[in-house]
Amino acid sequence: MWKYVLPLAGFGLLVVAFYFGLQRNPSVIPSPLIGKPAPVFSLPNLHDPQAQVSNANYRGRPYLLNVWGTWCVGCRQEHDLLNEIAQSSPVPMIGLNWKDDSELAKAWLEQLGNPYAATAVDQEGRVAIDWGVYGAPETFLVSADGQILHKHVAPLTREIWERDFVPKISAAIGIPAPAAAGAQP
Amino acid sequence: MKRLLATLALAVVCAGAFTAHAIDAVEGFDDPKLQARYDKLTSELRCLVCQSGSIAESNALLAADLRREVRSMLAAGKTDDEIRRFMTDRYGDFVLYRPPFAPRTWLLWFGPALFLLLGGFVAFRVVSRRAAMVASDADDPGAPDAMIEGEQVDRPRRTRAP
Repeated sequence: MWKYVLPLAGFGLLVVAFYFGLQRNPSVIPSPLIGKPAPVFSLPNLHDPQAQVSNANYRGRPYLLNVWGTWCVGCRQEHDLLNEIAQSSPVPMIGLNWKDDSELAKAWLEQLGNPYAATAVDQEGRVAIDWGVYGAPETFLVSADGQILHKHVAPLTREIWERDFVPKISAAIGIPAPAAAGAQP
Repeated sequence: MKRLLATLALAVVCAGAFTAHAIDAVEGFDDPKLQARYDKLTSELRCLVCQSGSIAESNALLAADLRREVRSMLAAGKTDDEIRRFMTDRYGDFVLYRPPFAPRTWLLWFGPALFLLLGGFVAFRVVSRRAAMVASDADDPGAPDAMIEGEQVDRPRRTRAP
């Protein structure tokens, strides 16, 4: 009896393990920074290299941080959605231009529209390392008291935005989640 | 002449190997101890872009940045543990090729030994049961052997029977 039950049970266990294991995306690495304070940075402003962009100035309200570069195909994919989000979202978005050519970056924003409240230039990639960035695009949501609430790796889509970001943003700014996606005050 | 050519060829190959080893344009540490620590650390940190390689052997931009961080931290006198913590604080345990030894990784560390014990136990049971069977055969000569032979001999006879 056990001769048949045990191998069958083992097989069943393997099926369950593979069912869950194979659904995971190995390129998405869980970030240890969720729930931790967002690393503070101060970097040159893309449009005015003499001036600095610092996330310390955004303390007191939630904000988004989007890591991008003109060399990044996924960034081009999500850009139209970012423009749309900039129009409708109640929280500002900071751009982190990662290991890029500033002239190309400026041309990109001019051509495709600029969704960023400000764009910081991380030429050396030091700030990106502090934020645990390992690819572009990556999008972070930071709370008013400077905690990283959420991180998304890979291009944003409308579904991901509405499922993962909108409820968290609503909670962060203390208003009930909107019944339908749309403009918020 | 042949030997000279062979030596020259070897020299060329070796030179190639050394230039291939220097992945960054930056010079290595003068202190061989620091260099050894750098080599060990970078070969045990996973490249996050190309997940099956270490940052020591990757040409990815991020790997080069992380090598630069390791280099500057070593130069600043940081310990290996501090450098590893710097990496895990940002990228999690995933970045380590040598996972930490903690309750949540016990299964990982002890798993192979556990499976070896389990397999050994099963193998032991099977072998000892067979041994007992053989022993009982020896006590009662003829019976099981005769049965096996009998079966083998029996079948063709049956098929031949009209």
